[in-house]
Parts: sequence; structure tokens; C-alpha cells
Amino acid sequence: MTTLAIHNARVIDPELNLDGIADIVLVDGHIARIGPNEAEMVIDAERVDATGLVVSAGFIDLHCHLREPGFEYKETIATGTAAAARGGFTTVCAMPNTSPPIDSQASIESLLRQIEQSAQVRVLPIGCITVGRQGKELAPAGELVDSGVVALSDDGDAVADASLMQAALSYSSLFNLPVSQHAEDPSLVSEGQMHEGWVSARLGLRGRPSSAEEIFVARDIALAEVTGGRLHIAHVSTAGSVSLIAAAKARGVNVTAEVTPHHLTLTHELVAFDNNYKKIDYNASAKVNPPLRMDSDLEALGIGIRDGIIDAIATDHAPHSLSDKEIEFDLAAPGISMLETAFALAMTRVHDGTFPLGTLIRSLTSGPVRAWDLDKRTGLSGLGTLTPGAPADLVIFDPEMDWTVEPNNFLSKGKNTPIAGRTLKGKVLVTISEGEIVYEDSTAAGRLRLSARGERS
Amino acid sequence: MAISDSERPINSVAGQSVEGALGAANQDVVWNHDHVLDLDDFSYEEIESVITLAGKMREVLDRRIARAPILRGFTMINLFFEPSTRTRASFELAGKVLGADVISVSANTSSVVKGESLIDTVKTLSAMTADAIVMRHGMSGAPYLASKHTRASVINAGDGSHAHPTQALLDIYTLKQRLGDLKDKKIVMVGDISHSRVARSGMWGFSAMGANVVLCGPPTLLPSGFLVNERPKHARSALPDVDIETNIDVAIKDADVVMALRLQKERQQGGLLPSLHEYSRLYQVTSERLSKAKSNHILMHPGPKNEGIEIGGDVASGSNSTIEEQVTNGVAVRMALLYLIAQKNQREN
Repeated sequence: MTTLAIHNARVIDPELNLDGIADIVLVDGHIARIGPNEAEMVIDAERVDATGLVVSAGFIDLHCHLREPGFEYKETIATGTAAAARGGFTTVCAMPNTSPPIDSQASIESLLRQIEQSAQVRVLPIGCITVGRQGKELAPAGELVDSGVVALSDDGDAVADASLMQAALSYSSLFNLPVSQHAEDPSLVSEGQMHEGWVSARLGLRGRPSSAEEIFVARDIALAEVTGGRLHIAHVSTAGSVSLIAAAKARGVNVTAEVTPHHLTLTHELVAFDNNYKKIDYNASAKVNPPLRMDSDLEALGIGIRDGIIDAIATDHAPHSLSDKEIEFDLAAPGISMLETAFALAMTRVHDGTFPLGTLIRSLTSGPVRAWDLDKRTGLSGLGTLTPGAPADLVIFDPEMDWTVEPNNFLSKGKNTPIAGRTLKGKVLVTISEGEIVYEDSTAAGRLRLSARGERS
Repeated sequence: MAISDSERPINSVAGQSVEGALGAANQDVVWNHDHVLDLDDFSYEEIESVITLAGKMREVLDRRIARAPILRGFTMINLFFEPSTRTRASFELAGKVLGADVISVSANTSSVVKGESLIDTVKTLSAMTADAIVMRHGMSGAPYLASKHTRASVINAGDGSHAHPTQALLDIYTLKQRLGDLKDKKIVMVGDISHSRVARSGMWGFSAMGANVVLCGPPTLLPSGFLVNERPKHARSALPDVDIETNIDVAIKDADVVMALRLQKERQQGGLLPSLHEYSRLYQVTSERLSKAKSNHILMHPGPKNEGIEIGGDVASGSNSTIEEQVTNGVAVRMALLYLIAQKNQREN
């Protein structure tokens, strides 16, 4: 029996309506007890002193790219999950745009073996909506469900054909499986490089208009409504989308949504400008699809999280090699390496007063779990909460600690971030997955570990 | 032949000391650019410096033997990823007149796809001790990337839809020859503004000289964001103040300068225009439309022009047209830029 006792933490669990000082005892990979002075009564345990720190359920990412198989030069399951652990994530859902894409039992079984061997945190696979992500015919959802996928997505590309999307939503309802759509109408974003607005006009780059996203959000909501299918909107980026989703939810449509930390905090201006408006650049590290938008979108997305219109904050962690990014802007690969900065970047909106810390935690834990019913899966009962019996997945963080983003120190192979050098407030110090410490920040080393008797070592 | 010309003693060139002439012009030159990527970071004084020097260079060009080998030992590489006749020839000639070593490399954009990255190409040319790389590229921003990976000075000879600073400078030079001063002059650019690097650099350059810039074209070829009220307050200075007008007759009224922009025929295939015929009906710069401009207006075109589409054939060759002067002045302006860059490099080495 292995026991880990966490002393004297500020424990926050919005599901349990909990925000107070308590101890948590983890036994054999599950949460055993939670409450004041619980740790004192444990005799033989590894101990962590979390005085002055916050403990919550481990973060859950509905959207990341681990790149394996096929693009191991960008990321592997080993490096991607190491980055996840550092970011406080204990469960990540891996997008299927690998090579080969995850669209059959064979490809998923091989992926699951690789996960078993090298993942540091829980990886839940997502399968393709269409065969080969080609947008032509449906992938065998039944076979994929039996093999363990938690959702379907052709992420990176939208399912453009409305009748095919309708079929996908209709057919997947057989398994109550969420269909995660990258909502951008390809006819409006072909060759588009960034948000269509004054910055794209300034740089002479083709735009990706907000309307391209909103058209597909509206269309897919209509399709979910007629089919009863379970629609999930990936990386919502516009104010218009937030309104559409709010209205759909209000009339009971089966739709959920996620927003990324970067869409919540960064604007299209970052592509061209640093601190002033005198000098421009073509900053491919800020190139991402959907693109970074405008201040007014940031505002609406913040309200979306505050009011629960958007269910989850998901990273869309998209690691790329230097050569994928240090290239003509039109040719640069879209995406941001986000797992290691996601929490701190999203904390920006807590510190600016947009939503409280508990809401951020909900968006990173029980929000995503409920969006996709992840806790209904075998062995995952209680996932995303600190309920006794739930998996012992926890994160310990300091919400006030300043640190500077240094991509060269990322555990992810992807050093591609537009916020290099930026000082963020809020740092993950310890990540615990199934009762094991899988990440301990260097600044925490020695500070948190206690001796077997509960004294500082 | 070029070699024997450049071997000629400087003082024998057409009987006057070029260096002396340049030296006089040089005294109050304002120039602090390692690269020429766009005109957005050029002040009025800097543009004046280029124009004044271009005037001296124009004198050289107008001599019987147009040679002033003051850039001997200076290596300039033309790196063109897009086909170009006039800009490329203009830079080659500018370099050769000044006695620089000029090499032209035609890099096909497909070579990028084949594996040689832009950065590799630029680093290779740098290693060959190029002093200046003149670059034309089909993708906006490519020269910015190049400039970070070379010690050579990068001169942007046109990048995608973004910028064409030497075109704007030669236009300013041409206008100053005719008008003297650009302050408060109404300059109308007509055509495919969305995809026009000439318009983008022109709006910076003309605005810096005090002119009022009006952009005119069909809504499908006008990007939003150029008007100051289309930007957040904090970003007002991110673009010069311009006006936008979709009605060409309103735009041209009382204009001092009208510039017709080349219409790429693929815009019609891209669904942005019903037909070229309709475009010419609505937006062709014709003598009738120009009659509403000031009587001494100037008609410009960056070339190559589609007569009968964006510009009427009769006006293109009329007395208000500066189209041919623009070409000659282009060589002079590029000579001036090469000279300024060489001078700065020399000062720093």
C-alpha cells in the first residue's frame, strides 16, 4: 500500500463546493480522505507540505497534439506527457492527426501500446471523424469506441461537407460520442494566415475572418439540433461563436465548447507588433488556427468561461520544430506549444478579475470531464474532482508566483510560443498522477517534501 | 565592356567628379537603415535624403556614358523568387552604373518546396560576402525573415501583397520633379488595393511627405482596417491616415495625382470581380474621368500596365503621364539606395 499525504493545502474543488484549508490522503492511486488534519493520522506515508499553496484535481485537456506516430521530430508521447505533467495536466486527450491518422482499430491499438509504454500521465485517444481525415467518408466509429476513443475529430481541418457532418453527428449519437469540430469554413480561410482585420491588412497577409468560424458553429449547431448528436466546438475564438453557443445551450441543444488559453489572452496584434506600433514583424510563433482575434473577442470568451457557456479550457498544444516555424509566414505551420504555459496564461484572466480562481479550476477539471462524460469510463469515476474514490490526480500550485517563459527549458520538443520572455503569475509546483508525483518544479524541490514523521526534511 | 567602363578613372567620367557632386549632396544626408524593407520607418528627412541623392544619380544616368564607378568592390545579389523584368533590370543597372559587382539569382519558389529553405539560401549568399541582397518574393514578410539571417543589407524589391519600398521612393521622386512638394497634394491610388504592395508602400511614403492619400477600388479589393476608425485607439499610429472611396469619380475629383494599379487577371478567376470588362467599365482610369482631376494632374502607373483594363491607352501615353519617367527614375533611386547602404556599411566596418 502506497500512501501520499498532502498537508495543510488550500483545497479548491468547485464540484464539491470546497475552498478551504485541508489535508488530502492518497492511497493506492485513489483519493482516500480529505479534510482538516487527516494527514496527521496517517502513519506510513510520503508527505508533502502544501502550506500557502493551492491543491485541486489535476487538469484535464480535451485537446492536444502529441504527434506520435509519424511526427516524432515535433513531439512524442513521452515528451508531450512530460510537458503535460509540468503544466499540471494529469489527463490529456490526443488528437488523431498523426501519421497514420487514428481512424481504425489497428492504428488505435498501436497507439495505445505506445501510450502504455511511454506516457507519464493519462492519455485518452480521440479518433478521426472521417477516414484519413479526408472529409469524404465516415471512419468506423463503433470500432473506434470499442478500442477506447473518447471523442471524434478531424481537428486541423473542419468537416466541410454539411451532409457528412450531419451523418457524423447522427451516427455518433449511437454511442453518445462527442464530435469535436474545428469550425472554420475552408472556402473562407483558404490560404488565410491570420485573423482578417487591420493587422492582416497592414501586413498584406490573407485573412481568416471570424465569420468563417461563426458560419460553421451556427451550421453545426443546427445539425446537432436535428440529429440529437453531441457537438463539441473546439477552440472557440470569436465573440459571435460565444453568442451562438449560449443561445443553443439555452434551447437545450447538445453542444459543448472549449477555449484555449491563447485565444483567451492574446490578440492578432501579436503577429505584427511587440511593444509599440512603430515596427512590424511577421511573428510565425503567433500563427495558429483559428487565429488570435481581437480584444472584443477576448472579452466575450472571458465571459463565456465566467458564465459556463464555454465548458472547458483546452490547450490545443501544437508543438512544432524550429524549421516548421522559422520559414516564410505563409509556409509556417500553425500552432502553439501550450501545455507548459496554459495554466499560467489562463491565470491572467483570474488576476485581471474576469473570473475567480474556482471558475478557472472548474474549466480545467470537472468542466471538461462533464463535457465528454469522461468520468463514466471504466476506472475514471470521480475524475476531475477530489471525491474520495476518484483517481489520485492532483496539482499543487502557487497562484501568485511569478515566472518567466523560457521555451528552451520546455520539456516539450515544441519551443514554439509567442510568449517567450513574458513573465506570468501562477506556477504549477507539483503534479500527482494516480498517486505518484510525476512532476516537481525545481523551485519546489526540498521545500515541499516532508519526512515520514511530518517534519520538513 | 562593363569592366573597362568601371576601370575608367572616376574623374574622367563625363568630365565631372561624381564623388564631388555626391559629397556635396552628402553633407546633410539622413540615413540610418541597415535594410530597406518598407517605408513605414522612414521619416520625411530620410526620404528627402534619398530623393536628393537620386537627383544626382539621375544626372549620372543622363550623361553620354552613364558610369560612376563609386561602388567598386561592393557585391550586390539580386535574389528573385518571382519573375520580374523591370525591377530586376533596374536594380542590375543601378549596381552596374555604380561599378558594383552584380549577380542575379533566379530562385524559383518551388526550390523552397524542394528543400532549400529561404534561410539557407540567404545564409549561403551571405557567406559569399554579399554586401546587399535585393529580394523579390511572392510571400509577404519574406525579406523580414531574410534580414534576420544575413549580415548583408536586404533591399525589398517587392514581397507578396506587403511592400515595394523602392517603387514608392521612385514615385515620390518623380512627383517631386513635377510638383516640387507633395504637401497637401491629393494622391489617388485606384485598383486592387488588397493585393497591392505598391499601394501599401505608397501610402506610407506619400503620407510621410505630407500628401493626402485616397485608396479607390471595388469593395472586394479593398481590405478593411486601413481606416483609422477600423482600428482600436491604441493602434492609431500603426497605419498612416488614408481615405477610402469606392466611387472612382468621387475619388478622382480634384486629384493632383492619379495612380492606376495593375489588375492581376486571376482576381476575376478568384471570384472577386464579375469580369475584366466590368472592372474596366467601373474603374478604368480614362481621359473622361481624369477631366475631373486637377488640370495639371499627374498620371502614374507602376507597370507593367494592362492598357484597356485599368488604364486607357490614350491617357497612358498622354502628356500628364509619367510612366516612362518612373522607369528611368527607378534606376536613379536604386542607385541612391545602394550608395547610402554602402556608405553606412563602410562607416560601420
